[in-house]
Amino acid sequence: MSAGFTVPRRLGAVAPAAIAGLVLLVLWELGVRAFGIREFVLPRPSSIGQALADNWSTSEGVSTVSLRQAGWNTTVIAVSGLVVGVLLGAALALLATRYVRVGRTLTPFAVAANATPIVALAPIFNAWFGITSPLSNQAVVVVVVFFPVFLNTARGLLEVEVSQIELMRSYGATDLSVLGKVRIPNAIPFFLTSLRLAAPLSVIAAIVAEYFGGPQDRLGPVITQNASFARYAEAWAAIVVASVVGLALFALAVALERVAMPWRRPVDGQ
Amino acid sequence: MTMLTPVPAISIQGVGKTFNPDSDEQVVALDGIDLDVEATEFVSLIGPSGCGKSTLLRLIADLVTPTAGTIEVFGKSAHQARLDRDYGMAFQSAGLFSWRKVARNIELPLELMGWSKADREARSAEMLELVQLPEFGNHYPWQLSGGMQQRVAIARALSFKPRLLLMDEPFGALDEMTREHMQNELLELVSEVGTTVVFITHSISEATFLSNRVVVLSPRPGRIHDIIDVPLGDHRTEDTREEETYFKCATEVREALRHVGASP
Repeated sequence: MSAGFTVPRRLGAVAPAAIAGLVLLVLWELGVRAFGIREFVLPRPSSIGQALADNWSTSEGVSTVSLRQAGWNTTVIAVSGLVVGVLLGAALALLATRYVRVGRTLTPFAVAANATPIVALAPIFNAWFGITSPLSNQAVVVVVVFFPVFLNTARGLLEVEVSQIELMRSYGATDLSVLGKVRIPNAIPFFLTSLRLAAPLSVIAAIVAEYFGGPQDRLGPVITQNASFARYAEAWAAIVVASVVGLALFALAVALERVAMPWRRPVDGQ
Repeated sequence: MTMLTPVPAISIQGVGKTFNPDSDEQVVALDGIDLDVEATEFVSLIGPSGCGKSTLLRLIADLVTPTAGTIEVFGKSAHQARLDRDYGMAFQSAGLFSWRKVARNIELPLELMGWSKADREARSAEMLELVQLPEFGNHYPWQLSGGMQQRVAIARALSFKPRLLLMDEPFGALDEMTREHMQNELLELVSEVGTTVVFITHSISEATFLSNRVVVLSPRPGRIHDIIDVPLGDHRTEDTREEETYFKCATEVREALRHVGASP
């Protein structure tokens, strides 16, 4: 039952999506050729692939940095911001649920802030941390990642079955034992779900923040610079790199979910 | 034996419980409850919804504090009894921790009591044997049926061999067949160890089959309407369910329930 996924099953689960992706690429290529769509509107996948290959290890175009280097630099920003934001979110969730008064004070702000487009703060952070400082970009990632982690984790810490709390009290358990043996394990699935949201969000936040400032050897500036010189295939190539980074972080979060929750009931299609 | 004046397992005197006593939404859940439960006795609480039977159980467990009267468990305050881990508890939902394997669910109270790992593992293996699930210690709760989960919950409640077992409709979610089977098992378990049991149920047949006494509560405010003795002896089997005394007692319980004005 819990033997895990066998290889053929896994392949079987991935195959339809892979085939659909390939079909989409072929249709895109053929469509752009057939309808004579101009490169600046939508480049062909093959020219994006060419631009990706040309700019992967050395910059051929307007930017001074290779795609590999830019991708790496952006990943560092995204991941460092992600780690800090996640730790902060989880820590404050613990604090807010343990001390009711802290929670009552913090939660309305968190809910409000969560509904605010935080990337709009990017220019402000540039002013705070300096326009060329990576800190201003990292700060955007931290804030963007923080809220979903904080809110989800707090929910997991609070939404505990009443009978489990009564059971713990019947054993004369301390609040700390209840926290360690019930609330935190109960919050793990909520936390991991928020991680799955936060991981790709960190890449989005990093790139949008980079549009507004910070060092220039990043994917954000590479995209804007190439686009402003009408080098759309190169811009798209950078976007592809960004997507891959986002997907990779997402996949990492999903993998962590598998490892960290061995008790999870296998669900079809997951 | 005759020299001893046995302390009752539970002594409830003049107990009342009012929720939200100072507001307009005041609810008198229980009023003027007097009840003694002798050691090794099996007592069921039965009554219509809202009669406060769950509240009464939680008062004994010190999960709720009374607004009037006193409750003693083994001669001490309910609060002290809770801290001394004098009772085990089981609920309608098995309430197993999904993130713990079955054996580690059973070991939970032992962990809180600071038992060593080896002792915990030995005891959980013993308990799994007792509830006839020896091969399931390494499974997660979701891999077990409802009846099996409930057996694990009972094993958990009994793992530290408490003298008192408090059960809130533990078999309420099970089908009739499993339920009767579990009732037999429970009686065997508690008579083996000599555990005192207070048991909430909605089922007349369940209360009659299991109990030495059935306490019928009336609703709003919850009061003891009647206490019915069930002289079926200590060794009850499947055949007990067909004895004349069993039917007679079940009828008494049913009539008492009809008198308090609602189906159980």
